[in-house]
Amino acid sequence: MAEEKINKELFNVSISPHIRSKESISKIMWTVNITLLPAALFGAYYFGLNALMVMVVGVLSAVLFEYLVQKIRKKPITIADGSAVLTGLLLTMCLPPTLPPYMAAVGSFIAIVIAKHAMGGLGQNIFNPAHIGRAALMVSWPVAMTTWSSMTTSIDVVSAATPLNMLKQQGYGALIDTFGSAGNMYQAMFLGFRNGSIGETCTVLLILGGLFLIYKGYVNWQVPVIMIATVAVGTWAFGGLKEFGTLFSGDPIFHMMAGGLIIGAFFMATDMVTIPITKKGQIIFALGAGILTVLIRLKGGYPEGVCYAILLMNCLTPLIDRFVQPKKFGVRG
Amino acid sequence: MNNLWLTFKKGLVEENPVFVLALSLCPALAVTASVITSLTMGLSVMFVITANNMVVSLSRKIVNPKVRVPVYITSIATIVTVVQLSLQAFAPALYKALGIYLALIVVFAIILARAEVFASKNKVIPSMVDGLGMGAGFCLALVIIGCIRELLGNGSLLGIPIIGDWYDPALIFILPAGGFMLIGYMVAGWKMWTTHMEKKKAERGEA
Repeated sequence: MAEEKINKELFNVSISPHIRSKESISKIMWTVNITLLPAALFGAYYFGLNALMVMVVGVLSAVLFEYLVQKIRKKPITIADGSAVLTGLLLTMCLPPTLPPYMAAVGSFIAIVIAKHAMGGLGQNIFNPAHIGRAALMVSWPVAMTTWSSMTTSIDVVSAATPLNMLKQQGYGALIDTFGSAGNMYQAMFLGFRNGSIGETCTVLLILGGLFLIYKGYVNWQVPVIMIATVAVGTWAFGGLKEFGTLFSGDPIFHMMAGGLIIGAFFMATDMVTIPITKKGQIIFALGAGILTVLIRLKGGYPEGVCYAILLMNCLTPLIDRFVQPKKFGVRG
Repeated sequence: MNNLWLTFKKGLVEENPVFVLALSLCPALAVTASVITSLTMGLSVMFVITANNMVVSLSRKIVNPKVRVPVYITSIATIVTVVQLSLQAFAPALYKALGIYLALIVVFAIILARAEVFASKNKVIPSMVDGLGMGAGFCLALVIIGCIRELLGNGSLLGIPIIGDWYDPALIFILPAGGFMLIGYMVAGWKMWTTHMEKKKAERGEA
């Protein structure tokens, strides 16, 4: 009779892990998708039909290529787990709104087939697939990738340049002029009423989405915070050197909200596959990405450097992982 | 005769210098942005490799094995100089387009490899055929890569526009990054094809 009182589970011999998290790949992926959706919808509403087409074509083709590759590789079809949707969405959110939609499909092909599955599939890729897709499009069609929609930024100024483009080519003064005043500019950039890639403009929605991810624990808060802070400090210190000739005369608030920094720091740099595993490693990663972004923005030929900064840090990830390896408990040296 | 044909054929497909032996990938990347430069480079290498194989094979009994590598290099360098000077005289535009890579034929791994592996152990005629086969395989690989890169990256073949205006060329194929990716996938495709052929041959042999 005593046998019945014993919990059977305690006698169940199995190999580790014994404690399982309730999270799963598809749950995390769909959550990230949903947190991105508000900013994407804002982009579609603000930039119009072509932007929506780019996103729809990009996402659908990403799913299609995932299906085809998995079919060819004779792997289980996992298009329902949302990772292909996420890659397609992130890729197209970083593309200009006037891009011909078929180029988005080419980008999805490069992201899914070359950057993801050629490396071994989900969890094996060295580089962020969405950013590889964007970088490949950037070298393939440089003209189409740097043509932005023309829009009215202030009462009577029509411009077809992103704020960072304007800063690089015309300087800080001209940038302020197009928006009317510095306050107007901050407001427009915070709410997303500015030129740029489809999904990167609306700072407030992206931050809300990112905060939700941090709250859910999918993202370590250190990564976005350190990356954005590094960019802020760097641009504040060196951003005004060329124009005003003094240190600490840059505009950190502008630089924090400009370009793809917010979406990059919250959604790209935190991609679980391509960043270091340990917290210490992730901090080094974020710091490096921030410094590279500042370097490219202020010194490089491109106006925006978040994409390349993250890709460059991606290839350092294995090295960082080795460098910050935690000590084994009880082992000397 | 049959043996000679086999020697020639193996350089084309199953031991293709670029796609299977993975030798001389540097020129396969650097000069294949257009078909005409690929073809010139391929033919030059074919000539050099054949001539050098013959020289090495002829001299294989007189050269002391200890000094064979300097002898090979001297012979290759001489032949390359001939190629270089004739190209400079008769096709100056191509000579300019190929630039430093023409002179670099001297250090192409495939040429030294064939001298060491084949020509130094075989008679003159088989060595010549081996050089022709390997050169043809190299040339074939370069022309295939060059065709794809020029067609997709520039919309033309041999400088003549093939695809209409509706096609917006993808510059990545002209740039090294696209070349790397293309060669990677070509190697994979080549491997798939040869494995498939071998399987078929085995099936036929059993039947």
